[in-house]
Amino acid sequence: MSSRVIGQSRPSITAPHLRTDPWWTLPITVVIVLGSFLVYSTWAAFQNAHYFASPYLSPFYSPCLYRSCLHPSFGFGLPDIHLPIIGLLSPAFLILAGPGLFRLTCYYYRKAYYRSFWLAPPACAVPDVKRGYTGEDKFPLILQAFHRYTWYLAVLFIVMLTWDALLAFRFPNGFGIGVGTLVMGINVVCLAAYTFSCHSCRHVCGGYVNVFSKAPGRYRAWHFLTRLNERHPIYAWLSLFSVGLTDLYIRLVSMGIIRDLRII
Amino acid sequence: MAQFTMRVFRGDASGGGFKDYRVEPEEGMVVLDVIHRIQATQANDLACRWNCKAGKCGSCSAEVNGKPRLMCMTRMDLFQPGDTITVAPIRTFPLIRDLVTDVSYNYEKAKQVPPLRLKPPEPDGTYRMMQEDIDRIQEFHKCIECFLCQDVCHVIRDHEDKKRVFSGPRFFIKIASLDMHPLDTRDRSSFIQQDAGVGLCNITKCCTEVCPENIHITDNGIIPLKERMADSLDPIVWLLRKFRGPKSSQA
Repeated sequence: MSSRVIGQSRPSITAPHLRTDPWWTLPITVVIVLGSFLVYSTWAAFQNAHYFASPYLSPFYSPCLYRSCLHPSFGFGLPDIHLPIIGLLSPAFLILAGPGLFRLTCYYYRKAYYRSFWLAPPACAVPDVKRGYTGEDKFPLILQAFHRYTWYLAVLFIVMLTWDALLAFRFPNGFGIGVGTLVMGINVVCLAAYTFSCHSCRHVCGGYVNVFSKAPGRYRAWHFLTRLNERHPIYAWLSLFSVGLTDLYIRLVSMGIIRDLRII
Repeated sequence: MAQFTMRVFRGDASGGGFKDYRVEPEEGMVVLDVIHRIQATQANDLACRWNCKAGKCGSCSAEVNGKPRLMCMTRMDLFQPGDTITVAPIRTFPLIRDLVTDVSYNYEKAKQVPPLRLKPPEPDGTYRMMQEDIDRIQEFHKCIECFLCQDVCHVIRDHEDKKRVFSGPRFFIKIASLDMHPLDTRDRSSFIQQDAGVGLCNITKCCTEVCPENIHITDNGIIPLKERMADSLDPIVWLLRKFRGPKSSQA
């Protein structure tokens, strides 16, 4: 490339940016909301208690990995894992790694945390804070390319959480619907909307096709997922709130702080 | 209507600064009208590039209050009477004079994009495409080459050293329009990764936010390109390709 177009003097404007609107409110809001969720989920994972209030199982502890799990779901029956110093490893850490990696590598959350936490850039037309920049070309950010694998994993979690939501209709005295049943149902709907509106899902289900007229099924799938994908950011936030609030609801019921109301 | 203070950048490659002009706008005016008013009444030598005044030629790109915008599409009633409005040239490219910059970088990048390589025609010598085959790429053809996306992209704007190895959002949608073309047979993988530098984009979506044609540059152009690059790492896709054949023969 000709050096004529690179390295020439740009407009001599000394101010880093000329924006006059409150551009900083969005990154700060994201730091507060995402940071609060991270703190709460880490605290909840450390508890390894109050994750079950019959017939509800917290999504942070689903699927039941350990033999000691109280919920009658799949129950993988693994022996409890003890680590030096910290003792019993909460299964929530093993479980949350799956959906956590899905969100960490999600194209929408990448935008959110690159702007808010990495400040690269903090807002449009506001300069990057850090000088050296390698994008997603170098380790560890090159691993973002594996988002699709985390999507495959996230789909498995949707299947398991749907099963848990169905089990939430099975009370000790038979079929019933409680507020917790609705909470778990809404949570699965929000998580499924987030998972299936994913950009990787859209690509795998049809986006890679070039001649749609020869693949009508994949075209319809791609078309539907594209409509869903337009709302991916909303689903990302809704599902984040729903999963956190579902855990909180079940935790409070399990601790006896609130009582689960039976509707049927 | 109350007067506005227009703080307009004046200068050239050797230096410059902002100069204030007091203007009383009329109803329905856009920023470009005000710049023309200043040119006509207060600063005859104010340099400004423009053509259609209808948001279709992409010539009057500037930064209004720090935001990359087309001056002809920025209405004055967005601002409160008495406001000071800053009008600066797009800061990513070398300055020629006042509000005019040298956008040759983009033309150099355009030359690097590997063109379409058509598959053989049908037996009757024609090419056929259905509407659903080209719906997706028609969105990219709306681009008016205002280069606001290139201006706001922080990879080009804040990291001069990356200009050589990064094409920028305008050319990612150009590449996407070719790569998704139903008649194309060219494999652009190594160009997209190494020469266009798609890995440098961290999808912060500023290009989409400033696009006056509302093209979903990131969601419909850059991310699908990143996903196409990830296909080479996906054993499931690899297996499907083994059955369906390479790009030239698959649906």
